[in-house]
Amino acid sequence: MGEQALSGLKIVECGSFISAPYCTKLMADLGAEVIKVEEPGSGDESRRCGPFPNDAPHLERSGLFLYLNTNKLGITLNVKTRTGQKILKELLKEADVFVENNPPQRMAALGLDYSTLKKLNPRLIVTSITPYGQTGPYKDYKGYALNTAALGGQSMRTGEPNREPLAPALAQSHYQSGSMGAAATFGALISRMSSGPGQHVDISESDVWATIHLGHGVHLGVFEGRKAIRAGHRTISVYPWCILPCKDGYMCLIAIQGYQWKRFLEAMGNPEWMADPRFRDRIAMAWEYADEVDSLVEAWLIEHTKEEIFEMCRERQITFAPVRDIAEVAHDPHFEERGYFVEIDRSGTGTLKYPGAPYKLSETPWQLRRPAPLLGEHNEEIYCGRLGYSKEDLVRLRQGGII
Amino acid sequence: MANCPLDGYRVTDFSWVWAGPLLGMILADMGAEVIKVETKKRLDSARLTPGRSTVGPETDFVFHSMNRNKLGITVDMSDPRGAALIRELVEISDVAVENFSPKGLRNLGLEYASLREVNPKLIMISLPAAGQYGPLSDIVTYAPSLGALCGYSSLIGYPGERVLGEQTPYLDVNSAIHGAFAVLAALYYRERTGKGQYIDMAQIEVGASTIGEAFMEYFMNGRVMGTMGNRNPAMAPHNNYPCKGDDKWISIVVKTDGEWRSFCDAIGNPPWAKEVRFSDGFNRLRNQDELDRLVSGWTVEFTYYEVMDILQKAGVASAPCLDLTERFSDPHFEERGTHLQVEHPATGVDIIAGLPFTLSETPGAVRRPAPLLGEHNEYVFGKLLGKTGEEIAQLIEDKVIY
Repeated sequence: MGEQALSGLKIVECGSFISAPYCTKLMADLGAEVIKVEEPGSGDESRRCGPFPNDAPHLERSGLFLYLNTNKLGITLNVKTRTGQKILKELLKEADVFVENNPPQRMAALGLDYSTLKKLNPRLIVTSITPYGQTGPYKDYKGYALNTAALGGQSMRTGEPNREPLAPALAQSHYQSGSMGAAATFGALISRMSSGPGQHVDISESDVWATIHLGHGVHLGVFEGRKAIRAGHRTISVYPWCILPCKDGYMCLIAIQGYQWKRFLEAMGNPEWMADPRFRDRIAMAWEYADEVDSLVEAWLIEHTKEEIFEMCRERQITFAPVRDIAEVAHDPHFEERGYFVEIDRSGTGTLKYPGAPYKLSETPWQLRRPAPLLGEHNEEIYCGRLGYSKEDLVRLRQGGII
Repeated sequence: MANCPLDGYRVTDFSWVWAGPLLGMILADMGAEVIKVETKKRLDSARLTPGRSTVGPETDFVFHSMNRNKLGITVDMSDPRGAALIRELVEISDVAVENFSPKGLRNLGLEYASLREVNPKLIMISLPAAGQYGPLSDIVTYAPSLGALCGYSSLIGYPGERVLGEQTPYLDVNSAIHGAFAVLAALYYRERTGKGQYIDMAQIEVGASTIGEAFMEYFMNGRVMGTMGNRNPAMAPHNNYPCKGDDKWISIVVKTDGEWRSFCDAIGNPPWAKEVRFSDGFNRLRNQDELDRLVSGWTVEFTYYEVMDILQKAGVASAPCLDLTERFSDPHFEERGTHLQVEHPATGVDIIAGLPFTLSETPGAVRRPAPLLGEHNEYVFGKLLGKTGEEIAQLIEDKVIY
């Protein structure tokens, strides 16, 4: 297997669920060595989240865990114990990066706060991913993905007016903080190459929403009183900008340029209603009588399938797109030609398909070196092979509840 | 030591609208010299956000936020002499960022194969909708259609109701963040080995990567996830609940039985909280419609900050759904510096987004406001590329520098 972009980089992860594990998955998938530290017995909590094959829960068969922890080595270690903390520090002494997503208070209580780790290894980069950051009045507050998306402002932009705002799908908050953590970590690594010291990377999940995602409109909000408008299946701007039902699902209709809307009317066979000048004023259509136009368009859409409509639009360079569901994307010839979904064989599940590389690097491509680790799979390799413990030591450590 | 992690690196950014420029913004915030290539021939739509205050291309506040820390030049890349200027710039750059369609890029003569010739160590990233090859590779999309094509939009809607789809630029920003990581990983590799490379990033692939669980459900069990609202398969209560006031909502998540007990205590142990049908996680999930109604009955008596205070004190996860201005006046965000005030020559003082990360030693900073159109033409063409005053004047007259 060829050298990868991040070969030789040593990363230790004390992460659970999604944000920190996704952060180090991005690094592991490009060749970094990631040692994932899990609690003995139970492991990362994502092992208990589905999906599971045939809905049968099993610590070694969680789809979420398997996806997020490809290419990592796995060890068990109870970091609540003094011995566990000592062993972790042995690993951190030789590491380049430490990624964790624990509450700041907990890290301090475990003697693993940044100032302690900095003394241990001044070149270590510590990346801490938390809901609200290491500082600020909310730093010790609890926050799950739903909460950080709410505070950060993303939820107020989705949903129907007068109904509860909708958070992004599944756990987007954690994927955003995880990927931002990876980018910021590498900024720190590159800086370290020229000038030595490590540093503390503080990623606040709600800050990520509030800044790069949603911070650019704040001036307009403060000085023009702009508010986020939740308009359900549409965005009120120019018509069309909406999701409408068709024969077998939904279409995403969006046409920034007027000529595309005109072409679509032609493709629909120039319906009679388009003669009415009201249906040429795309701003009025969006702001004043969108429901009416929607029903007129829907009457045609309901006779055609997504893919029929999509093909018709592609031929005419109309920028509408089919709202594909998960199965359709999984079988999409485009994704297939690009080899996006990859097969991974793993004990306990057999061969399964997974989402693969989010990007293609020409010299050092994404590679699968190993599937997600079994709980404690690499205990011997790391503790005995690297840290010099004997097999008898391992037995004692296990009996003592350390590993 | 330099104050910024990417001090000394140069990026030529000829992308536009959202995903590419935000990737450039991350690198610029980290201290790289990011040269944003624009043209008067066709203004970036980000300079034309509709609004009372946008009186021209220099007064767009969204543009000001997304393009702070960058230098700005104007080049008509469709003119071969313009494309040649970009090649000269790429020759002295470390990174190039673009998001043209693959055909468009080839037509300009700025595809990787040709740029690599002038700079073998270049790291170049392309982030069009669907990547450099494949049946969809020349498709024109906007953020909502990205969501449609990668499966993400199919998940947005109230439980069991119609698909509402993703209406925000969420997926563009997702691409920018992942792209910045990929560029920095490639840069790290180059610093070790001297080798540059090309990054082909399809925005629909990056979008699919953040809903991995949904694909695993399909590959494992053949089930297709649909609209789930704010529901979570493992936790209840898990929703946004109405509060006192107009359109005010609070997010509440109760994960463990311990948190449930704390929640019940915090809300004063009403009789319904003790019912068997809410007594454990399994029961709460089964009865969450009724549970949500009952929780709403409590939250609606309080403001959203009051609810957050009460519940967080009890160790229960709760945070208000904030809007633009509300974020601006939130005490936590104020202390964290998530919004910054920056002087801009055309608009006085702007409020712009803060940095999305905090680094303890090399924090990065907002060092300069977003550029005026062509503001740094003199510096880039004169100082960096060594052109004479006459050469530049000619290029301006010929509308190549335009």
